Amino acid sequence: MELLLIFISAALVNNFVLSYFLGICPFIGVSNKTSSAISMGMATTFVMVLTAIVSWLLFNLILVPYKLEFLQIPSFILVIAALVQFVEMVIKKVSQPLYRALGIFLPLITTNCAILGLALLASMRNYNFLESVIFGAGAGAGFTLALIIMAGIREELDLADVPKPFQGAPITLIVAGILALAFMGFAGMI
Amino acid sequence: MKKQVTLLKEFTKGLWEINPTFKQILGMCPTLAVTVSAINGIAMALATTFVLVFSSLLISIVRKWIPNQVRIASYIVIIATFVTIVDLVMKAQFVELSKALGPFIPLIVVNCIILGRAEAFASKNNPLRSVLDALGNGAGFLISLFVLGSIREIIGSRTILGYQVLPNGFEPWLIMILPAGAFLTLGLLMGFANMYIERKKNLEREALIAQYRRVGKEEITDEVLKEAGV
Repeated sequence: MELLLIFISAALVNNFVLSYFLGICPFIGVSNKTSSAISMGMATTFVMVLTAIVSWLLFNLILVPYKLEFLQIPSFILVIAALVQFVEMVIKKVSQPLYRALGIFLPLITTNCAILGLALLASMRNYNFLESVIFGAGAGAGFTLALIIMAGIREELDLADVPKPFQGAPITLIVAGILALAFMGFAGMI
Repeated sequence: MKKQVTLLKEFTKGLWEINPTFKQILGMCPTLAVTVSAINGIAMALATTFVLVFSSLLISIVRKWIPNQVRIASYIVIIATFVTIVDLVMKAQFVELSKALGPFIPLIVVNCIILGRAEAFASKNNPLRSVLDALGNGAGFLISLFVLGSIREIIGSRTILGYQVLPNGFEPWLIMILPAGAFLTLGLLMGFANMYIERKKNLEREALIAQYRRVGKEEITDEVLKEAGV
């Protein structure tokens, strides 16, 4: 039950993009087309779950026992960068179609603040191992959901007559605001 | 070889010409997340500027010794070092602010403004210019965070920097201090900024056309106008 709550909270109620403002750059940058939004969402979810596992192990098995918590930021970012690189190499070797679908999005994920934010939030809240993994999966699902909804709206928006100064980033932000309002409807769930 | 710009220009261009928020659209996450009040915005911008200035300086000093292949990784390690300093100092000295900004202080590491300036400027220019560029961009970031934070604070809780400015009869708009308000305010601000730029450009264009007419120049093509930079 506790785990289900963490999942729903990360995916809907405290959606990473729309209420924590993490991962805004890909949210605005890659939400032009639904197909690339799905690929980006999948790649990010995959890396998020892996990051949750690896950062929990790193923090609780290495940094805490040796009293090195002050190295948290550099060590997390290095581990994430290495992990993304590793995942890219593995996918390239194992599955070419998957690499073509996710490949170009993987390098972008290293500097996605949602990933580092996930690792930091999980250790800040003292989640245990299983909770961290569920938290990562929920955050990834929420990110994917927000990205796909946004891409769907933006595809329609291309046909709309937006005033010229508001084209591009401004209208995207306004749409995101309305979307955030809609997601506030989930607030009463827990 | 591109034209050497003056040192002053290196600083002032960050204020508006390449303003990180409005022109480069970088560093969106902290911009949206911490601007619930003006003071949070200022604190965030100052922390970011500190990291930006010192990492630009260090990167610019060691730029000749960093092999090209591992440059991004080296930049990130340098940036992470300064972020750790800021994070620890904030936790020790400004407990309240540190709590209000939450994970966004450690997240300065992945703020694209810093890596962006490191890659686009500090890795190619000497330390003095890099520091000026970093200061300019930091100041530009400060301006946009302060404007955004002030608007949200005034309308959302009737105060600015903690002082009440709107009368009690004004009902605060709750939405402004909620996440949705951040998106809406920034979107509208950006739109109005674009509108202003567009209008200014049109005015300049018309002035130039009028000037050409006066001196009796017949052909006013788009190329001519483009060359004049309007």
